[in-house]
Amino acid sequence: MAKLDSKIPAGKLEEKWTNHKFNMKLVNPANKRKYDVIVVGTGLAGASAAASLGELGYNVKAFTFHDSARRAHSIAAQGGINAAKNYRNDGDSVYRLFYDTVKGGDFRAREANVYRLAEVSNNIIDQCVGQGVPFAREYGGLLDNRSFGGALVSRTFYAKGQTGQQLLLGAYTAMNRQIKLGKVKLYTRREMLDLVVVDGAAKGIIVRNMLTGEIEKYSAHAVVLATGGYANVYFLSTSAMNCNATAIWRAHKKGAPFANPCYTQIHPTCLPIHGEGQSKLTLMSESLRNDGRIWVSKLKKDMRKPNDIPEEERDYYLERKYPTYGNLSPRDISSRAAKEAIDDGRGAQGQDAVYLDFKDAINRLGKKVIEERYGNLFEIYETITGDNPYESPMKIYPAPHYTMGGLWVDYNLMSTVQGLFVAGEANFSDHGANRLGASALMQGLADGYFIVPYTVGNYLAGDKPVMVKTDHPEFEKAKKNIEEMTAKLLSIKGNRTVDDIHKQLGRIMWNKVGMGRNEKGLKEAIEEIRKLREEFWKNVNVVGQSNDVNQCLERAGRLADYLELGELMALDALNRKESCGGHFREEYQTPEGEALRNDEEYAYVAAWEFAEAGKWNLNKEPLEFESVKLATRSYK
Amino acid sequence: MEHKKINLTLKVWRQQDANAKGKFADYKVSVSPDSSFLEMLDDINNDLEKKGMEPITFESDCREGICGTCGLVINGQPHGPIPRIATCQLHMRNFKEGDTIYVEPFRAKAFPIIKDLMVDRSAMDRIMEAGGFISVNTLSVPDGNSIPIPKEVASEAMDAASCIGCGACVAACKNASAMLFVSAKVSQFALLPQGQPERYIRVDEMVKAMDQYGFGNCSNTYACEAECPKGVSIKNIARMNRDYFMAKIK
Repeated sequence: MAKLDSKIPAGKLEEKWTNHKFNMKLVNPANKRKYDVIVVGTGLAGASAAASLGELGYNVKAFTFHDSARRAHSIAAQGGINAAKNYRNDGDSVYRLFYDTVKGGDFRAREANVYRLAEVSNNIIDQCVGQGVPFAREYGGLLDNRSFGGALVSRTFYAKGQTGQQLLLGAYTAMNRQIKLGKVKLYTRREMLDLVVVDGAAKGIIVRNMLTGEIEKYSAHAVVLATGGYANVYFLSTSAMNCNATAIWRAHKKGAPFANPCYTQIHPTCLPIHGEGQSKLTLMSESLRNDGRIWVSKLKKDMRKPNDIPEEERDYYLERKYPTYGNLSPRDISSRAAKEAIDDGRGAQGQDAVYLDFKDAINRLGKKVIEERYGNLFEIYETITGDNPYESPMKIYPAPHYTMGGLWVDYNLMSTVQGLFVAGEANFSDHGANRLGASALMQGLADGYFIVPYTVGNYLAGDKPVMVKTDHPEFEKAKKNIEEMTAKLLSIKGNRTVDDIHKQLGRIMWNKVGMGRNEKGLKEAIEEIRKLREEFWKNVNVVGQSNDVNQCLERAGRLADYLELGELMALDALNRKESCGGHFREEYQTPEGEALRNDEEYAYVAAWEFAEAGKWNLNKEPLEFESVKLATRSYK
Repeated sequence: MEHKKINLTLKVWRQQDANAKGKFADYKVSVSPDSSFLEMLDDINNDLEKKGMEPITFESDCREGICGTCGLVINGQPHGPIPRIATCQLHMRNFKEGDTIYVEPFRAKAFPIIKDLMVDRSAMDRIMEAGGFISVNTLSVPDGNSIPIPKEVASEAMDAASCIGCGACVAACKNASAMLFVSAKVSQFALLPQGQPERYIRVDEMVKAMDQYGFGNCSNTYACEAECPKGVSIKNIARMNRDYFMAKIK
């Protein structure tokens, strides 16, 4: 069994990170150039880590499967980034951001990590402004803020509806500067296919060169994975087409425990599905909920046009059920409430959708103000659906969006595999069972700029790891395994396409490991996924060659991993006999239909250790709450 | 809601690798008008894979018009006939029954074809690496609000910064010039107080790299602005030219 030592520093919550930084071992500046660090993924967490590690003097090898580091899916985050600046004078503080995040995560995150996240949040804003990120400003020239779900203060900084893009480009430019200075070497179009572990420590990676198909080996003193989340296990999600779990999954199979895989976030404001050929789902920023009101008809199967439904026949269900937070209720609660309304037969014009209406805001503020705030989002909506949201309400539906689970890490963001650090969405650490809006950007950059650069240094100075050469037998073995897997995939030549099987997996996951879960469904899901996995390895048709650009082969490799990960998600959901955040077990709910936690038995992180395909060992890290009182999460 | 499908003929550029001779291949499709252009290509690929044939290689990622990965020339226009969108945002309701659609890769000397519709745009990153940044180290920055920036300046910088790096401007230009792309970054930083210290070194280095990687010159046809999915203005080119001139006489 893996030993889970969270390594949370002793002392008061507010002093932990400061003390820990002081107690960390430092690498002599002259010695930093003797250390190589691999960073996989160049989104917010990866690019910021690579840039900061390069600035410190380490030799960084950064890898991305994209053609350019600027393409990472962090770029698609629209709404904003939280920080506890309290520029609004509305009572915000580091402690409040910490508290909101722990509460938003339904008390399933590690206090010390979350406090540190809130603490460094202010540095992030300063850092990005310094890099030239064009945040929105007020007329006086100072930074502007907006509100987001799950908070009663206005602490979200934004750059139009393109905050993720601007923050990513900030990190990208910081990394480019290090590339020019020779401290970061960037390897594009490389997909990580394995982690090389020697004597319990991460020593390098195996990648596929996506242009030539060559399997390449790279070694380093430490490896940082910042490869994002796994929402594409559902096939349809708001994740980009190429987002995948392969890097973290292969690391998991090399010994890194996977924590809380069942914690997935279904985002309430996405565009509804148009048909079978749908390739992905589009998110409409949660910031729309600042001014939009969500409703459905009070009548079942109401096929009238939304504007023909009179005010008194509309049910503004979020405002009704959660009067304090209303339309700004957290994502998990808003999504479930939408599902309830639709299950009740009250979906918009009989569809799987609810209305998001701006009529009142337009009447109150004028069309111009709404256009200023959300113009680009309204345009996106009209481009995709052909409907004009200034005239009739948007139709929205929940969609898989973010995965709170990920590789288990300690306070230093290191896995139980020594020297393997995991940053951003790829780790499990800060969001508990539900992530609040505008907190993903915050966490990615906190990890990359302000945490990993310190903790990697501490590992290098303290453990003095040695680098192994890439002709080490473990590298050879890993390379051979990958080549064999590739050959096997290409040799099956069955009757089903990769996407066909992926869609089937997605349906199982959405129906049985989605917004509502129950014992029967989860057990069925496990059986169905196992069967599908068997079928995949017997009946998939992967066309093309291994030594060439082969997108079909890329997708097949990723699907092979989803077919294992999906089972673990169901297993984790089955094990957790409580409802919390994004994990809603139908058997465990209050009479009002709210999530019912079981703190006695389940206030722990479930960290699963891979034994063999379809078999895992469960390790538990108990969550101790010293500063926050465990309470029923109420947004009423 | 599914609408009635429309029938189309696609002529898609297929090319095995950079050195092979490419040609158009014909595909007959029947597609829902609610489908996106790339979803239509997904469908074709799924059918090809079913038959054990190699799918059409094309790139896309976010499918929300922000990552800049996708980029096809559709009926002669980068990102297709609708202004201000990326290829992934083009929906089939913009085509009609019986249409023939030509699909090609972005073509430019600096963008060699890799396979089918996939091209190598890494030269754009080389330009960014040459100087497209503000030199600040992590944690070496002042408080965000200690640098007041007038709202309209921040907003103009944001407009320039909205470039998604797709390369449509290069593909649209008869000279395959990257001036719009480069000037967007130059402008973003030239407008902001944080960008002033390196303002002239930056433009000099970036223009040098632009020339080195085989991009052409600007002859003011405005094709770049017309095809830019984000509507980045050619005013940025004027600003870059002015700064470049200043850099040279300094």
